[in-house]
Amino acid sequence: MIAVPVPWILALSAVLFVLGALGVLLRRNAIVIFLGVEIMLNAANLAFVAFAMERAGSGSVSSAISGQLFVFFVIGVAAAEAAVGLALFIAIHRLKETIDVDRLNILRW
Amino acid sequence: MTLEQFVPFVPEIALAVAALAVLLAGIPMGRKAPRALALLSVAAMAVSAILVVLYATPSAGPEVILGGMLSVDGFGVFFKLLFLLAGAITLLMGVGYVVRAGYGYGEFASLVLFATVGMMVMASGANLASLYVGLELMALSVYILVGYFKLEVKSNEGAVKYFVLGALSSAILLYGISLVYGGLGTLELGAIRDALAAGSPSGRVVGLGIVLVSFGMLFKVAAVPFHVWTPDAYEGAPTPITAFISVAPKAAAFAMFLRLFLGAFRPAIGQWHGVLWVAAAATMIYGNLAALTQDNVKRMLAYSSIAHAGYALLGIVAANAMGAWSLLLYMLIYTFMNLGAFGFVALLESRGYAGELVTDYAGLAKRAPAAAAGMLILMLALAGIPPTGGFMGKLYVFSAAVQAGYVWLVVIAVIMSAVSLYYYFRIVVQMYLHDGDGSELAALVRDRWLEIGIAACVVVVLILGVWPAPALGWAQAGLAALGF
Repeated sequence: MIAVPVPWILALSAVLFVLGALGVLLRRNAIVIFLGVEIMLNAANLAFVAFAMERAGSGSVSSAISGQLFVFFVIGVAAAEAAVGLALFIAIHRLKETIDVDRLNILRW
Repeated sequence: MTLEQFVPFVPEIALAVAALAVLLAGIPMGRKAPRALALLSVAAMAVSAILVVLYATPSAGPEVILGGMLSVDGFGVFFKLLFLLAGAITLLMGVGYVVRAGYGYGEFASLVLFATVGMMVMASGANLASLYVGLELMALSVYILVGYFKLEVKSNEGAVKYFVLGALSSAILLYGISLVYGGLGTLELGAIRDALAAGSPSGRVVGLGIVLVSFGMLFKVAAVPFHVWTPDAYEGAPTPITAFISVAPKAAAFAMFLRLFLGAFRPAIGQWHGVLWVAAAATMIYGNLAALTQDNVKRMLAYSSIAHAGYALLGIVAANAMGAWSLLLYMLIYTFMNLGAFGFVALLESRGYAGELVTDYAGLAKRAPAAAAGMLILMLALAGIPPTGGFMGKLYVFSAAVQAGYVWLVVIAVIMSAVSLYYYFRIVVQMYLHDGDGSELAALVRDRWLEIGIAACVVVVLILGVWPAPALGWAQAGLAALGF
């Protein structure tokens, strides 16, 4: 098995992070914006795993484990965040029949 | 790790159990006996506060427990008691408001309790993982609370905007944390500090990580240019929740800010002090100028709270011992000033959103002299005029910044405090010098619990203004945790 070099994984994670951020900034549908945020979270997860791999490679096991453990926390938090976010989007869709953030304009955005 | 290590964590465990119990009890009691439920929740907060004093107070210096996840120290005790107090006052002020609007009280109380647990973890976290999880527990509870009035479009809109930008900010924070971990190989604050002090091998990655973390934290304390969610969330939220989110989560974010930047990242001060200097200046200038043109009191107080975050940031930019304890003191005083001020807005909201416009305060001094006098004191405090607590808070934070040599920043702060007099006194002028035209005057709500909550805030603000010594001592007791 050929191991993928760590810098490549980090580059992929940076690309994903930027793509997610662009999605948040450019899209107007609340759910697509939320997808962008999830991509950013997973970019951070990927970075954690890659850094942990590097640590494990250099023999510091406890350091590697703390990074890998953090990923599980993030996965849990992201799931909770999805539950809360989708509930809020459903609540506003019931009242306004839209989740386009440009049309959420009773309050000056 | 032994079972005894869980003892200092008992206040949080007890409060989380109480939050679940209140959620269950809310099914039968949420609408039928909201006041009993409120008393139960406040009792849970009181028990948790007693447990903090008994079990979470350090016997000697700071002590790290649970595998390096939490730190037991005076800093944590100070903030935990502050959050419990703010939460209890919110619960009492919120009962009448939620009931009048026709919503159940059970989830409201439960979510406030959960948010408080999250903030307590934020105030005592010694590891980036526990700090992050505490932050998210607080944030997720607060998003729902902002959207609690689910039949009001305003409330929902505020919640969606707060959620989208809040989730974005925590993603940025998380990426910053991953870079710090990548560069230093550890998540523990103590180890990060040692590694930075020794001169880290991969400085660039860590530097970028610290800057991204600072962006995430600036978002949470509502500093410019990451403040856009603040006015919308504050205006849309039910007013007692606005009072809550303008003080407790902001104080919690500042607690985490202090632990991260003065506790862990201080050896790398060159990487972040420029960013925070600019953010503090921009926050003070923009917050105060934008507040000048607001006719909606909730929105005006939202911009005022942005400005106050700017003053408080001076304590972190100063990065000295005085900056740290003055920031703790500032958060204590600010909590009571803002809780009281938003409490008054709730008191005037007897019909719909009346009481939100500055003109709704016309002639209040004649109709309700006691209420007008209380509001006057809170406005003086927010503007920072002696003998109120607001003056003491600003005095110490500003002198900490001067001590550290940031004279220009303090000049900006003083000029902007003078500007802030204008918008705070717009309300005072309406109350004392205008009569209004009788017909459109909003009646005050008869709500004994709300009145008691506001009166307590006013009294505390006055006491802290004339006799700040004890509070100052508590704040200074927290310094050991930051390594001063």
